[in-house]
Amino acid sequence: MTVNTVHWFRKGLRLHDNPALRDSIRGSDTLRCIYILDPWFAGSSNVSAALLFVIRGQPTDVFPRLFKEWQITRLSYEYDSEPFGKERDAAIQKLASEAAVEVVVRISHTLYDLDRIIELNGGQPPLTYKRFQALINRMDAVELPAERITLETMQSCVTPVSENHDDKFGVPSLEELGFETEGLPTAVWPGGETEALQRLERHLERKAWVANYERPRMNANSLLATPTGLSPYLRFGCLSCRLFYFKLTDLYKKVKKNSSPPLSLYGQLLWREFFYTTATNNPCFDKMEGNPVCVQIPWDRNPEALAKWAEGRTGFAWIDAIMTQLRQEGWIHHLARHAVACFLTRGDLWISWEEGVKVFEELLLDADWSVNAGSWMWLSCSSFFQQFFHCYCPVGFGRRTDPNGDYIRRYLPVLRGFPAKYIYDPWNAPEEVQKAAKCIIGVHYPKPMVHHAEASRINIERMKQIYQQLSCYRGLGKDGPSWAEAAADEGRQSLCSADDEPDGTSHSQDSIWFGFFSPSSVLTLGLRSWTDAGQMSSSSSNRNHPTCRGSLTLQSNTLMLEASPQSDGGGGGQGRHATT
Amino acid sequence: MKRGLQDNEPEDGGGPSGECERTLKRLCDPMSQGDLEGISWENLPQEILLHIFQYLPLLDRAFASQVCRRWNLTFHMPELWRCFEFELNQPASSYLKATHPDLIKQIIKKHSNHLQYVSFKVDSSRESAEAACDILSQLVNCSLKTLGLISTARPSFMEMPRSHFISALTVVFINSKSLSSLRIDDTPVDDPSLKVLVANNSDTLKLLKMSSCPHVSPAGILCVADQCHGLRELALNYHLLSDELLIALSSEKHVHLEHLRIDVVSENPGQQFHTIKRSSWDAMVLHSPKFNLVMYFFLYEEEFSPFFQDEIPVTHLYFGRSVSKDVLGRVGLTCPRLVELVVCANGLRPLDEELIRIAQRCTQLSAIGLGECEVSCSAFVEFVKMCGDRLKQLSIMEEVLVPDSRYELDDIHWEVSKHLGRVWFPDMMPTW
Repeated sequence: MTVNTVHWFRKGLRLHDNPALRDSIRGSDTLRCIYILDPWFAGSSNVSAALLFVIRGQPTDVFPRLFKEWQITRLSYEYDSEPFGKERDAAIQKLASEAAVEVVVRISHTLYDLDRIIELNGGQPPLTYKRFQALINRMDAVELPAERITLETMQSCVTPVSENHDDKFGVPSLEELGFETEGLPTAVWPGGETEALQRLERHLERKAWVANYERPRMNANSLLATPTGLSPYLRFGCLSCRLFYFKLTDLYKKVKKNSSPPLSLYGQLLWREFFYTTATNNPCFDKMEGNPVCVQIPWDRNPEALAKWAEGRTGFAWIDAIMTQLRQEGWIHHLARHAVACFLTRGDLWISWEEGVKVFEELLLDADWSVNAGSWMWLSCSSFFQQFFHCYCPVGFGRRTDPNGDYIRRYLPVLRGFPAKYIYDPWNAPEEVQKAAKCIIGVHYPKPMVHHAEASRINIERMKQIYQQLSCYRGLGKDGPSWAEAAADEGRQSLCSADDEPDGTSHSQDSIWFGFFSPSSVLTLGLRSWTDAGQMSSSSSNRNHPTCRGSLTLQSNTLMLEASPQSDGGGGGQGRHATT
Repeated sequence: MKRGLQDNEPEDGGGPSGECERTLKRLCDPMSQGDLEGISWENLPQEILLHIFQYLPLLDRAFASQVCRRWNLTFHMPELWRCFEFELNQPASSYLKATHPDLIKQIIKKHSNHLQYVSFKVDSSRESAEAACDILSQLVNCSLKTLGLISTARPSFMEMPRSHFISALTVVFINSKSLSSLRIDDTPVDDPSLKVLVANNSDTLKLLKMSSCPHVSPAGILCVADQCHGLRELALNYHLLSDELLIALSSEKHVHLEHLRIDVVSENPGQQFHTIKRSSWDAMVLHSPKFNLVMYFFLYEEEFSPFFQDEIPVTHLYFGRSVSKDVLGRVGLTCPRLVELVVCANGLRPLDEELIRIAQRCTQLSAIGLGECEVSCSAFVEFVKMCGDRLKQLSIMEEVLVPDSRYELDDIHWEVSKHLGRVWFPDMMPTW
């Protein structure tokens, strides 16, 4: 019986480490590799021409047709862990089984089988990075990357190509996809597997040079796209994460002559893995509402302010330069991402991180669903128990990174004439300086859209309010949101997960503290009154409670000084727990 | 003999609570399961119903109230309406839903005299702030113990007509007469309205939070301190702080102050700030030895000169903007009572000496958080060695630690964990 195989490329756009493709070639008579341009997702693709059939349409329409037309008996693809991907693939698997098509799926987009990690954590994804690292330590070793597919691998398998292949199945040009191509500068990030592998080699050379394996100190040059950057290639799968992992390991062993590399060596890969793990079972991961791991924060709706941020018109040169680089090149350094994400959300504009996700999705080459949403939640302190006191100043942070301001001048040529002293806060420059720079603030370049000190003062208060309410749920057992309890437990457990047992004191609250510090001292920051839960028994829910639905919201914590006994000046936390 | 439960049947224990207990006992006793004939949902004593309702979120309670008349009556019992939080959001400015207007009407109609602990959460729109004030103006029969006006985003109370706000607030001040806790940060409250507050509530006021109320003057807050001798918690901005205020709060008639929170905010670069005499702080400490002094600084680096020149009894210190090495050095010398320190950002010169000095001199320090700063790993380990046994909270961004000849980043968390007596990691940020 002839085995006609279709390999479906989605991500995993590579021939190295592609176990699904490798395994499905075995015993196949014909092989066709397809890429489906789903009109809904035509946004970004990174596709090269050889041996490829590009088909337009939705997978659920395309496949039944192809199964029949090409008499397909086998379908293979790389496993996609994202909720939408799993749903789509489940539908395709159903169609395949109806058409008696064998389905070959392999994991190669992540280092590990994510379901195993979750299983190891008792069926829940880890909610802190520390916990995740502890789990990773207990997992079996990462599987070796599959060998590269060559003509030899193909053996007697052929790809039937018709005369009019290019017309029917050729890779569409950018114009055909509806993109504007006039005036586009040359790509800073050329696509494809070949480029990815070359970059990997360069990246490793550079790393060997920085023999300490610390992150190199941040300087002005770090902000610019480098020929060793790998994140977009990891996203599309032009570079296998496992290949990268093993190459890093080999290099470390060579340079350090040490057997076990620290987890920090794989930082970039593990963060990616972490977010994939937390997202895989959560279809609401990119939203605030209905997302069990996301704190419900009363963000402001403000489309005007959002547009200014997205288009680099905030009046803060550092923020605007970063957003300009993003728009022009599709990549910004991760610290630059922190700066603009903080500015949009908890730092200055108090706009929802969901809006940030959408903008990054549009503009950022390496933004995939899980990592993008997860990072935004992290940076906006909406999840993963981040401390929210550190705020990136839109003036100071940039100035400390690049004191001369070259980065600003590169991406905001209108500010070229400003001296380093004023380039980060051009509105403070005296009139003569502005005139000399041929750039009057308010005319040629916008005035700052917020007063940063005032905005950060207000926002820190808002975050505290939220987290104080959350901290009420700690120790309340069933009354609290399940995820908060789970994570608090996680915190306690992760303290004991290492080899050294802690002293056994009750510092277990330390790994996850809401507010600046532990609840009792949050209370001592003069806000105790609003967390006393003498009322908790009657006001047991607020928006951050998973069972609270609908527009009727309940009263939350209000003071009942009479009910909570005043102990000494510092304490007073006892009243928080449900009475009666 | 079976005993059916009837509401008015007098029993040994007398009254409804005896009945309650017995019902509860029978319900919980597995032996008497068959015996529960006389008990049915309609006969469930109201006390029990009330108790159960208190556990239900409001929406569920509302549904329950539709079940039957008894349950409806219970839903409206005063005990369930003592606390309420009004959430006022507009779809154009918020993602969150608001308290339903019909519910608001019902509350004002049926329960306004039951309300005792009330808060208003408003979004950044002017309409929400005005809606809050409209409700406030109708609370004439209320004798509130707690009132909180909370902006969840931009301070929208500042954007509404001031007179509307003041008149609404005054309604509450005059009618309550027993306000104990008042939270009016970021509002246009002014001196005359504070006078009204004091005139009606001076015996009961215990907590007043009014940070960032630009229309209040030092004299206005002094009036509060002079008259409200039960005041235990106060939050205000630095421009309202004066020597007279501290002396007033330390007078014999005054109870011990527990918390004083001061926000020091710069409106424009180069702003000048007045100083507080050492003797005023000393009087405070003498009068209220355990009080917490919480200070939030949002200043430009050059505006710190009046501060930390002389000893100050601050316990919780937060620097919201970049603060210089020099100032942090002075903190070590002048803040012996320091318990918590948070530094949002500092700069690229290592804070090694300053941290060590703080460890040496601030013997009460139990929590520290460092944002965008630099500390060499060796100095950090030294710091933790010196105060590890009392540090309950240690939050350092990973980027802060600078590896040196003795320690690399990967070793440091073990060193620090050793001295802290528990597993510790720096705070991390995702790297994509």
